[in-house]
Amino acid sequence: MRNSLTRRTLLTTGAIGAGSLLTGCDALSRSPAFQNILGSAEDTNFLVQRALGDRMELASEYNIADLSPKFRANGTRKPDTADYTASAAQGFADWQLRLTGLFAKPQNFSLSALQSMPQRTQITRHDCVEGWSAIGQWMGVPLKILLDLARLQDKAKFLVFHCADRLGGRPYYESIDLLDAFHPQTIMAHRLNGEAIPIENGAPLRLRVERQLGYKHAKYVTGIEAVATLDNIGSGKGGYWEDVANYEWYAGI
Amino acid sequence: MIIEMTETPKNKSVRHRLTTRLWHWINALCLLVLLMSGLTIFNAHPRLYWGEYGANDDHAWAAVGSSQTIGYVRIGETKIETTGFIGNWRDDNGKVQTWAFPGWATIPSYYSLADGRRWHFFFAWIFSVGLGIFMIRSLFNRHVQHDLHITRAEWRPSHIWQDIKNHARLSFNMSGDANIYNILQKFSYIGVIFLLLPLMIFTGLAMSPAMDANWPVLTDIFGGRQSARSIHFIGMSLLVLFFIVHMAALLLAGPLKETWAMITGGKREGRTDA
Repeated sequence: MRNSLTRRTLLTTGAIGAGSLLTGCDALSRSPAFQNILGSAEDTNFLVQRALGDRMELASEYNIADLSPKFRANGTRKPDTADYTASAAQGFADWQLRLTGLFAKPQNFSLSALQSMPQRTQITRHDCVEGWSAIGQWMGVPLKILLDLARLQDKAKFLVFHCADRLGGRPYYESIDLLDAFHPQTIMAHRLNGEAIPIENGAPLRLRVERQLGYKHAKYVTGIEAVATLDNIGSGKGGYWEDVANYEWYAGI
Repeated sequence: MIIEMTETPKNKSVRHRLTTRLWHWINALCLLVLLMSGLTIFNAHPRLYWGEYGANDDHAWAAVGSSQTIGYVRIGETKIETTGFIGNWRDDNGKVQTWAFPGWATIPSYYSLADGRRWHFFFAWIFSVGLGIFMIRSLFNRHVQHDLHITRAEWRPSHIWQDIKNHARLSFNMSGDANIYNILQKFSYIGVIFLLLPLMIFTGLAMSPAMDANWPVLTDIFGGRQSARSIHFIGMSLLVLFFIVHMAALLLAGPLKETWAMITGGKREGRTDA
């Protein structure tokens, strides 16, 4: 009897302990100060992952045989703005990519202009923050080529990618720093698996930034803005999901 | 039995060294948070695959199925109904939720992938640094060599068999020799500290796209990112199993005395040379 009492006491204590732990964790999760403490792991991940390797290391590339049979789409599957629908109807012939902000020579590129530039083709693994992965073959213009044409000013520290889609009424956007911007695998892709990118995967232009998670790979890109700080864009955290759901700006893990 | 008569530690009479005790409790907290925040992350995509890729249209070797009426776990072709627990459960307000793992098992208790990830990575750092320091310290203070090293005598099948029989009879080694751990304990502690816990760190890192660029061999070792994710999940399950056995042994060996010893250090029993 004594034993079972002890055991019962232990179990009850355990249950109460677990209960208060949970309530405590929820309260902590909602506290901005504690979020900042937890978020410090993000800075550590960023510093350590950037310190390993030579900073320009390539993400793994694969063969045609490794392709996912179906490349899963996520987020916006079909932007519903009038402009996008009209552009899609004519095969995006009028699509423009505008380079604005801290460039010495801001540029406007049509889709066909981008397609006639030197291209890079890469078969890479797309890792979603949710946990799934898909392997696809992407073809597009290395971002470096566009940046060299538009010539970044010294003040520029980040590139902001403005997109045609809206999620919950807010425009989707993402941002990366210059190290990722000049990475050889960072391309403005317009083809997936040998065909024009399907609408659900980001037609007609999608950023590929292979060393980060899927939500960084902005779809339906209409503009690239060079900025000195991310504070004045959206709610200031550097991306749609960062603003609305506290996702990490650096998505290397 | 021959006992290595190397330099004797100052606190020889203490059963658990300060490093061991500190690490034990920090590690226990970390593993609990990592488990529960890990389940939040799993809830974002409750399907497991083998290989490099895997998404909803690909074959999952294990998956949680959920709807408003039923919850089930599918492993291979076998479906196990888990309504009320996994895939279909009621939250505190009595509302049916269809996330895989229920709120009482996750951090935070509501679904937030972003928050779950923050908890997970923050405690992953404490866990990894703590494990590293403990390993190095335990080699230098000879905890590993004295208490975890398996002697030739202990490797004898008859000795191992005897210990299995002791465990089956729920009578544990209190023979009064220099060992504070019996052979099965040694196997499980070595297995957890030097294999399973590092495996969790490395399979975790193998899921990172940045680490894939830095150390591609890491993902290759496990056979791809989705395999690493599956192994990470299986490793977690083994750690939960270890915890259950650990708790059962604690209850049988005397929960108050043993817990107190892990807090204060306790006394090394049967040591005449103390």
